[in-house]
Amino acid sequence: MPAYIGKRLLAAIPVILGLSIIVFLVMKLIPGDPAQALLGSYATPDNVARINRALGLDRSWPEQYVIWIGNLLQGDFGRSYILNRPVLDEVLERFGATLILAGASLVICSVLGILAGIVSAVRQFGWTDRIVTFFVLIGISMPAFFLGLVFILFFAVQWKMLPASGMYAVYGGGDLPDLLRHLILPAATLAIVATGVVARLTRAAMLEVLRQDFIRTARAKGLSENTVIYRHAFRAALVSIIPVLGIQAGFVLGGAVYIETVFQWPGLGQMLVKAVSTRDLLLVQGGVLIAATVYVLVNLLADVAQAMLDPRLKA
Amino acid sequence: MTNMAATTPPPARKRRSNWQLLMANRLAAAGLFLFGFIVIVALLAPVLPLPNPDITDQPNRLLPPFSAGHLFGTDHLGRDILSRLIWGTQVSLLVGISATALAALFGSLIGLVAGYARGATDSVLMRFVDMLMAFPYILLAIAIVAALGPGLLNALYAIAIVNIPFFARNIRGVTVSIRNREFVDAARLSGKGHAAVLFTEVLPNVLPVIVITMSTTVGWMILETAGLSFLGLGAQPPTSDLGSMLGQARAQLFTAPHASIVPGIMIFILVMSINLLGDGIRDVLDPRLRSGALDRPMPVTRIARKTRPAPTLPDAPALVVENLSTGFDTGDAITPAIRDVSFRLGKGECLGLIGESGSGKSVTALSLMGLVASPPGVITDGAVYIEGKDVLSLREQELIGLRGARVAYVFQDPLTTLHPLFTVGEQIAEAILAHDPIGRQAAHSRAVALMETVGIRDAASRASAYPHELSGGQRQRIGIAMALANDPDIIIADEPTTALDVTVQARILELLQQLRRERGLALLLITHDFGVVAQVCDRVAVMKNGEIVEQGDTRAILRDPQHDYTKRLIACVPELGEGHGFLDRVRPLFAEARP
Amino acid sequence: MSDNAVEIRDLVKTFGGGRSLFGREANQVQAVRSISLDLKRGETLGIVGESGSGKSTLARMLVGLERPTAGTMLIDGKPWAELASSGSRAFGRTIQYVFQDPVASLNPRKTIGDILDVPLRLLCRYDSAKRSARKRELVDAVQMPADTLDRYPHEFSGGQAQRIAIARALAAEARILVLDEPVSALDVSVQAQVLLLLQQLRDDLGLSYLFISHDLAVVESISDRVAVMYLGEVVESGPAAQLFVDPQHDYTRSLIASAPRLTASDSAI
Repeated sequence: MPAYIGKRLLAAIPVILGLSIIVFLVMKLIPGDPAQALLGSYATPDNVARINRALGLDRSWPEQYVIWIGNLLQGDFGRSYILNRPVLDEVLERFGATLILAGASLVICSVLGILAGIVSAVRQFGWTDRIVTFFVLIGISMPAFFLGLVFILFFAVQWKMLPASGMYAVYGGGDLPDLLRHLILPAATLAIVATGVVARLTRAAMLEVLRQDFIRTARAKGLSENTVIYRHAFRAALVSIIPVLGIQAGFVLGGAVYIETVFQWPGLGQMLVKAVSTRDLLLVQGGVLIAATVYVLVNLLADVAQAMLDPRLKA
Repeated sequence: MTNMAATTPPPARKRRSNWQLLMANRLAAAGLFLFGFIVIVALLAPVLPLPNPDITDQPNRLLPPFSAGHLFGTDHLGRDILSRLIWGTQVSLLVGISATALAALFGSLIGLVAGYARGATDSVLMRFVDMLMAFPYILLAIAIVAALGPGLLNALYAIAIVNIPFFARNIRGVTVSIRNREFVDAARLSGKGHAAVLFTEVLPNVLPVIVITMSTTVGWMILETAGLSFLGLGAQPPTSDLGSMLGQARAQLFTAPHASIVPGIMIFILVMSINLLGDGIRDVLDPRLRSGALDRPMPVTRIARKTRPAPTLPDAPALVVENLSTGFDTGDAITPAIRDVSFRLGKGECLGLIGESGSGKSVTALSLMGLVASPPGVITDGAVYIEGKDVLSLREQELIGLRGARVAYVFQDPLTTLHPLFTVGEQIAEAILAHDPIGRQAAHSRAVALMETVGIRDAASRASAYPHELSGGQRQRIGIAMALANDPDIIIADEPTTALDVTVQARILELLQQLRRERGLALLLITHDFGVVAQVCDRVAVMKNGEIVEQGDTRAILRDPQHDYTKRLIACVPELGEGHGFLDRVRPLFAEARP
Repeated sequence: MSDNAVEIRDLVKTFGGGRSLFGREANQVQAVRSISLDLKRGETLGIVGESGSGKSTLARMLVGLERPTAGTMLIDGKPWAELASSGSRAFGRTIQYVFQDPVASLNPRKTIGDILDVPLRLLCRYDSAKRSARKRELVDAVQMPADTLDRYPHEFSGGQAQRIAIARALAAEARILVLDEPVSALDVSVQAQVLLLLQQLRDDLGLSYLFISHDLAVVESISDRVAVMYLGEVVESGPAAQLFVDPQHDYTRSLIASAPRLTASDSAI
């Protein structure tokens, strides 16, 4: 097993390098001359050349990339010119809030989605299956940003049960119960769509597995139906469910962009949207890179979990 | 679009056969109707009597729904929401469908080429796709929009790009499996070049998957583009789609919620109609769903017997099967698979059940313990007496209790019939514990002892091996050990050696014979091979089209078959040592049959 | 021109190998190790072996679907390398292949007419009138009704599909056929009919067969000579009548002893 983890870690390095190249190239796509933009009306050819030299923009792209990645590795992600503070500081501060939100949603969608999927598969075509299928359909068809607004309207405005925005109350909050109260609506909104996807795939995976020959063998051994479903079928289905959970991790990280905007959650997503509209590109670049790296590591975790479950994958 | 329209009619026709699928079809039809309605209204926007969606009217801002002249009210600039909604829907549809088409085109192309070319091309393309997939979905789109600048077209590109990997991966997987099919090699040998094989042989088989993937993702793409617009990164004023309508109305959420709710519900309805339709299309195009191959099988085959046979039979041998009939429920009717099958099997005896493919021999074997997958299987008549008691009259729990205890099965291909994720020792121990709670430790040592009994060397260490780590012959020995776990009276072996080489087959048959002698087992051996029957079975029953046409002593039947079918079947078996004489011998059999 | 349809000398095929990312030797599998065989014109050479014996790899190399690691092959007097460098059409005209799984070897989305059309168009370069005449001849030659041409593969049983696959192989007008377990997936009565058809076609058209099977009795019934393969090597070869009566190699003997037979019931009990 350690050898397998080591192998996967090594394999993650080129992926993360690839990510950085894509981000680098995307930033190079930006139309217009940065020096020109920076200098505005002071943009004489002399000044432009001087700025280009200072920013290293007169070098070739590969050279620029090497310098850039070298800086990144030393923790230098540049400065946000709007916020006037180092990008890394801002990103890390924001990322904590996003992790709380995304993590909570991931847990909710995994647990609920898998449970709903199993029940729905086991009672295929029964009324529970139909109810689950109905909610799944609503979940995957519902725009999360709209659902968030509806939740605010009802739970915060109409019934005044839960706070409409932010992470902590402005006065006297700051403790865990306060955080949880603020977390419920955004986490639920984010989880609903993801739960639909997980439930759907779990149902399909279970139905697929229940048709396999080894399930018939399990029955021929005289195992109880519960053992057949929860031990034999679920274990085999889990092998194909785990990668889906990995993908959902990316989905909730990305989906946080909408939810944080709707609920004013002070996370990475909200920061990114603001940064895009103010064209604070270094901030966008840093935020996307860090989030993507974390996502790669989460998927690595999913790979390892999958291999622990399925001995055939370790080879 | 044309794809959807073209593929929609078949579901209605094909699904009528099955009640459950009909239910699903109603949903798909509802989806189609709803989606069609939305598309038509959106397309008719220029000719409908609507106010100009961009004309502002400050005095009449934020009018509630059902105001005069404004069915859905007005927004914060006094613009008519209904008119904006219809125009916005048109934009959202156009952008979502275009993004889907782009992602499908490039993604499928990458997938096709990577899956067909294999090797280095495959690695390079798929590593690139992996890179794109390594971004948390929407973040890459945001980075792209950040670089290109906010705008509807840029949002479209961004959404298309982030969805390319999804198509590429799906299509590559299908292409790889098609590429390994023999008709691809055959086409090469028929003189086709690689490009021709890829586009004229492989592509037609991949196309349904592309259509399924498109129809199940287009709703998603509409959601995502609306999302970008909602954040202000997509459609820019004066253009507006459903997402930007919602985004702009959000500021007045508390004072005029209708301005947010109307476009929000519209997105929801639009996406839901597409998802319903997409699921319908998937169900129609996926042959497994159509054939009900993904129905959940019940623990025991459905039993719906026309008559109720006597629950007990006095002085019965180990196994008596009387007038057993099993069929498959196709929705309208039950297609019979076996009819009136009767035979007896005594202690220590071996009965061979022989027949060609489709003769119903496996269905017979599985029916005995209610293991025929159901749906669609139904036992329609007859009785199965184990020690004189009809097992089909038992309650479900009692029947399950007999499985593996009194009657055990050995199946054909031990690679698919053993659970891939449990060690073989665990699987044998589990069979013991299901009937005899002696504790894990004791069960494990008994499992190891059983493995020794079936001739696995170094059993103690092999017990922790997974099925894929063993050879075919060893796996089948595990299958036999598992069957022996509770010292059953009857073993039903369904083609136990068909997947094995002849030298391995000989050893497995020998093992079965030896166990039968030592333990006095009654053995029901299902096979298509007269050679195997001749070697192992005391008696044989010949099946054809679901019925037993002849049964009796093996040697007598082999020497002097009575039924024409049996005669022909035996005559068609080539004998070692016969040489070219075999073909001369069988030629007259088929001479008269030819036109 | 020699009287050998196929000459194989010291043929080797190794799968895998090369170095992996970390410099370790990846698992190498020697599927075929130094095989030499001749197939005479008009003859049927049977190849017998169990799974993993390398018999299918040998067959796939002969028709150019795999590239040999070492050794030479002459096919219809032409060197393998020459055929390979002139593209798939050169192979198709010289040597054809019949697959084990007849249903998988026919594209489910094409009619039989479309499938038969390809070799006639690309390999024989016939015009459309000649092609439709040939297609009718071909289905007739494999004893299938004429309306076969308008139908799809799934409408046929395994035995019928195998007849169609044979017709496709014949369409190319190659004189050498590699038959890779052509009757293994078929029921015994259908198997006998396909064997009869194959024998008749060989005699009528003067074909040479390389007939691969794991079933000794089937191989014996149709072959003139037989080669026994074991772990990538030919352990024994000789005239069919002689080899099965008087096997020389231990492995051949154990194969013959293991084969189940109808008349052996006395010895088994």
